[in-house]
Amino acid sequence: MQLERFQYDNKIPRLFAIATVFWGAVGMLLGVVIAFQLVFPALNFDLSFLTYGRVRPVHTNAVIFAFVGNGIFTAIYYAIPRLLKASMWSSLLSKIHFWGWQLIIVLAAVTLLFGYTTGKEYAELEWPIDILITLIWVIFGINMFGTIFTRRERHLYVALWFFIASWVTVAMLHIVNSFEMPVNLLKSYSWYAGVQDALVQWWYGHNAVAFFLTTPYLGLMYYFLPKAADRPVYSYRLSIVHFWSLIFIYIWAGPHHLLYTALPDWAQSLGTVFSIMLILPSWGGMLNGLFTLRGAWDKVREDPVLKFFVVAVTCYGMSTFEGPMLSLKNVNAISHYSDWTVAHVHIGALGWNGFLTFGMMYWLIPKMYNTQLFSKKLASMHFWIGTLGIILYAIPMYWSAFRAYFMMKAFTPEGQLQYQFIDIVQTVVPFYFLRALGGTIFLVGVFVMIYNLIKTAKQGQFIEAETAEAAPLPKAFTVPKSYMWHGVIERKPILLLTLSLVMVAIGGIVELIPTFLVKSNVPTISAVKPYTPLELQGRDIYIREGCYNCHSQMIRPFRYEVVRYGDYSKSGEFVYDHPFQWGSKRTGPDLARVGGKYPDSWHFNHMLDPASVSPGTNMPRYPWLFDNVLDVSTTGSKIHAMRKMGVPYAESLESTGNEILQKQAEGIAENLKKDKIEIAADREIIALIAYLQKLGKDTRTSASK
Amino acid sequence: MSVLILLIVVSICIAGGFLFAFLWSSGDGQFDDIYSPAQRVLFEDTIESQEITKD
Repeated sequence: MQLERFQYDNKIPRLFAIATVFWGAVGMLLGVVIAFQLVFPALNFDLSFLTYGRVRPVHTNAVIFAFVGNGIFTAIYYAIPRLLKASMWSSLLSKIHFWGWQLIIVLAAVTLLFGYTTGKEYAELEWPIDILITLIWVIFGINMFGTIFTRRERHLYVALWFFIASWVTVAMLHIVNSFEMPVNLLKSYSWYAGVQDALVQWWYGHNAVAFFLTTPYLGLMYYFLPKAADRPVYSYRLSIVHFWSLIFIYIWAGPHHLLYTALPDWAQSLGTVFSIMLILPSWGGMLNGLFTLRGAWDKVREDPVLKFFVVAVTCYGMSTFEGPMLSLKNVNAISHYSDWTVAHVHIGALGWNGFLTFGMMYWLIPKMYNTQLFSKKLASMHFWIGTLGIILYAIPMYWSAFRAYFMMKAFTPEGQLQYQFIDIVQTVVPFYFLRALGGTIFLVGVFVMIYNLIKTAKQGQFIEAETAEAAPLPKAFTVPKSYMWHGVIERKPILLLTLSLVMVAIGGIVELIPTFLVKSNVPTISAVKPYTPLELQGRDIYIREGCYNCHSQMIRPFRYEVVRYGDYSKSGEFVYDHPFQWGSKRTGPDLARVGGKYPDSWHFNHMLDPASVSPGTNMPRYPWLFDNVLDVSTTGSKIHAMRKMGVPYAESLESTGNEILQKQAEGIAENLKKDKIEIAADREIIALIAYLQKLGKDTRTSASK
Repeated sequence: MSVLILLIVVSICIAGGFLFAFLWSSGDGQFDDIYSPAQRVLFEDTIESQEITKD
């Protein structure tokens, strides 16, 4: 058999590596900024685009999709050609993938900071960007599968299985969850409402953790850990078993994000059961990673790369033990909405994703530049700084979660709540300060790494491509039974066709099923009315400012919640909520029944300067809401979009909407005047007040009747 | 909660896809040998590295 010569390209992996480090630093810097904002609200600078509610989504998106995303692609574009003994299928597609992904990141950052958001956590990007993501993802897929089908190595190494499963599942999750009704170019509403939206969102959200932060990084681990240790994987059999069980079980675990909410109990239980099962395949991966180092622990002492890998895999083990525990309802009662969840995800993000990425960089950059790491000492220092950062981040968060929980549920002997929410805020703020320090220390480590990597690159010579030799796969080979399918797909044009067919089929299923489902059988409470035009506009301001980042709208059926916030939430209350705004974290109190609790003037003063009515609060000020004139040109199209999704608005409300809006706004302005507050009725704050006063009001008035 | 039907359908599609992939891969002989793949990933096959090992 004739040997073929081909090239392993290093240029694209290098570009992705640079992007990984760059966006990692940016994303973590933003994390540090918002961490300090929670301690010193003045750091919001009274500027809309620097306010916590807008910056936090940029932080999460940057770390997940920019830092980890580029990390995944670095690993894939480096490892896949070497594992398959083939060049990437198309260098043009590689380039489009790289630059397209960076474009998405920039667009995401800009739109989110300027308040263009769908209001669904970790899926905040508006619909044109969602479409762009889909396109780039398909291009990435074609390139990856093209390489797989032109490979010279018959056997697919386990890392490839992880990459393939990640690609398929992320595509599906993204499409299903991003189903939205556009209002205009920069505004859309989630197709699903209330409970349904929550379920889809967390089905997506949990699997984003699974198939974006976990499985691709397991693939990364299975390539780079053995390479760095120069040891084969502990058990290839275990890697196969845990791969198939992990991907199968992960899909079903989403509802554990909605325990004790208005989601039906059986769905909650299903999520819990699968989440607990997850511990086995997860630990299979962890143990396989750690045991790979058996007999090589002396290397771990010397080699910073392995140090990072060991702690990364250990953090993976810790979070995947913690995850199933948090999915138990009794534990979740404590952890949900609390800082515990924040600590949990950061063990994963800083430890697992962060350290695995750093280890990969310390191994990859010297190799691509044909040199040694500039300073092992600095890398070891980074390792210790990073570890200290993680510890200093996590422990205060665990501590504050329990402090807050015990304060939250404390009653006096007379049966009154012992603490106001603000007491709890003031108790946990010092812990937030420690957390911010932990994050800062971690970030310092990243800059140490950047210096080290730049120095390494400078002392070496970049190898643009490496030449390799291998025999092509024999065209005809004996495959039992599956020959037909496999034989056909191995020819390229058909491959393209098949892939596009799959994409279309997915789109079709996704487009059709919700259309049939949404209108049928929504559990309704007759007292619950659609939002008035003004309330709808106010709700969009609530979404724009990212209020859901700190405030929930979902009261769980516990005494300490019902007494504090009002009757527990029912699924029928959210049927007009496109998107749902249940939130996942209570840095501030729940707002599900805040309507009618305070006078309009309280909200006015509170939004202008929260500390004036709630001393000691860490909520930022929103002065621009008092200057901005509400954009009413969108009222008609918003109502139209809502009606299309089945919200029963009165006929011709599209045209009369703004009259009704005006009237309600003037009513609120009148109301404020009684409290000696002068404000024009056309300001954004009026709409926001209207929305806040609507929350939970429908069911309250019906109960009092 | 009708959206559960959608999620179940989609999830079963994915799970079924994985099942199919598993059946294919085991039929294809991907898992017949569970010793050498773990070793093979460690080999460098670039021309330069081969020349180095020859020396």
